[in-house]
Amino acid sequence: MVGKTVSIKGQIVSREDIVLDGEIEGTIEALEHRVTVGPNGRVKASVRAREVLVLGQMLGNIEAGDRAEVRRDAKLVGDVRTSRVSIEDGAYFKGSIDIVRPDSLRADSKAAVAEPQTQAASSTLTLTPLSDTPVTVNAATAEAN
Amino acid sequence: MNRPAAPVSLGQERTSKGLEQFFAGLENRVNLSIIDFAGASQANITFITSLGHKLYADDVLRSVDQSFGTGVEAMEKQSDPDAIAEFISQNLDFDHASFDGALIWDTLQFFAPPLLEAVMQKLYQALRPGAYLFAIFSAREKERSIPSYSYRINGSRTFTLLPRGERVVGQFFNNRSIENVFQGWASIKFFLTRDNFQEVLVRR
Repeated sequence: MVGKTVSIKGQIVSREDIVLDGEIEGTIEALEHRVTVGPNGRVKASVRAREVLVLGQMLGNIEAGDRAEVRRDAKLVGDVRTSRVSIEDGAYFKGSIDIVRPDSLRADSKAAVAEPQTQAASSTLTLTPLSDTPVTVNAATAEAN
Repeated sequence: MNRPAAPVSLGQERTSKGLEQFFAGLENRVNLSIIDFAGASQANITFITSLGHKLYADDVLRSVDQSFGTGVEAMEKQSDPDAIAEFISQNLDFDHASFDGALIWDTLQFFAPPLLEAVMQKLYQALRPGAYLFAIFSAREKERSIPSYSYRINGSRTFTLLPRGERVVGQFFNNRSIENVFQGWASIKFFLTRDNFQEVLVRR
């Protein structure tokens, strides 16, 4: 989980479900997992994940293999490409919605995963679980604990 | 002259000839791009995407309020060319000929004439030749403010109105003024209803 006082600018690649409750700018990738923009989250990024759930504010495009969901009181401005979408009454959404078959999105995702894992310079933050314990990003150092 | 009209049934399904013909114009085609000015609702998203189309949704009246404010003073701001240009670039930044249909609902009534003209120019550019635009106008011609609604599509010929409160109109609309709004478009068809609405289906 990225706490509400955390601010990250750069590329996030996660190999587990991730909750973003802080300020994120850049790109977020969790191709086989769920990305949640928490109620305090302010995300200005493109997101690629299996599932994306928006409870806070997001400006950016979403590509979700299984599902994209925008809850009541949340705000999403951007284009959504997914196989299922849910926009609750009371949510604010502005952008395009393109429903695509799950296999075509998964083909795109697998192609992305098969690419060599090149770490960008220090701006990339990869969150990989070493165990079942949650991974916490320290606000001051932006290092995984 | 205001026609006596049956009261609007709020939250109830309403059959619409205009909407029926709008969707008939999309029949036997997939992967089209449709604009919905009423904002994103699950009902409209589900219906349009289930037809195999892509949807662009924006609550345009909310965007207008954010850009120009609300109330009578907002109408003055909607006449400012710089403010209009900024609104268009921030909210209607569409590529040329990028949409195959537009569900404008009742929104055009609430733009001051200069803003309305700019919005119509943009819509004309954004719609492909032959695309349909569906709009609704209140038949309450001389009223300064009228109810506005959200619109939920239930099927190809039915939708539900959900009240959003009263709004100041940009101008009074009758058949002649509606025709003027769509001057230069290929065709316009009016559908008179028993309640307080006038539906129009316009072809680009």
